[in-house]
Amino acid sequence: MKNFLRTSFMSLTRNEALARGVAAQFCLLFDPTVEELSDVRTAVSEAVTNAVIHGYGASGGTVEMELYADGDLLTVVVSDKGRGIEDIELARRPFYTSRPEAERSGMGFAVMEAFMDSVEVESEVGKGTTVTMKKRLGAHE
Amino acid sequence: MKVTVKKRGRVMEVCPEGEIDQHSAGELRERLDSELEDKRIDRVEYDMKAVSFMDSSGIGVLLGRYRTISARGGTMDVKNARRNVELILRMSGVYSLCTERSRQ
Repeated sequence: MKNFLRTSFMSLTRNEALARGVAAQFCLLFDPTVEELSDVRTAVSEAVTNAVIHGYGASGGTVEMELYADGDLLTVVVSDKGRGIEDIELARRPFYTSRPEAERSGMGFAVMEAFMDSVEVESEVGKGTTVTMKKRLGAHE
Repeated sequence: MKVTVKKRGRVMEVCPEGEIDQHSAGELRERLDSELEDKRIDRVEYDMKAVSFMDSSGIGVLLGRYRTISARGGTMDVKNARRNVELILRMSGVYSLCTERSRQ
């Protein structure tokens, strides 16, 4: 089974729920478990929040979310053309946040890693960030 | 988001409903901060049974309010979290800040 869905939306926190909903709907074609759906929703929420809060912040912009299905493999790509990440290793470290004043917990990447099979981050300062997450779904007996 | 707050003397029970993400976390934070202006409160009990979804934005809210409460020498508890919420709470060490009662 192959399928894809590409979306772009304004960088607004209110669109996090929309992005989670779209991703969950797309995942239904894998016949996923309730747990798997919930995992994807959580990971998507973290990735989109990062793009909105850290990628663009007050400047605003467009967040892109692409969903791909290939067999039992789901790939989610969330990208922004925002400010980019200087030190990806540091950003991925649990509890590290560049925005402690915004009460960010620094757990975003750790949560994505916990709920997906793999998480890849590409970023260039001043150009933007792309997060690629993969997960095998519907592999239940 | 809908939040039910019940106060019994020094204890405040908080029951958020629905989805906690960066968008709704702001409302929850404001509500709790205004309730915590009552300086007598030194114990916050979160009942998460009606929270259908929470990402790490919720952790920021809990840890921030814990700072306020612990500065008063107070305590916190979090109970009835669903699987994914539970996992995030566990990963981020929130349970280690709770009193013995809610530690599983």
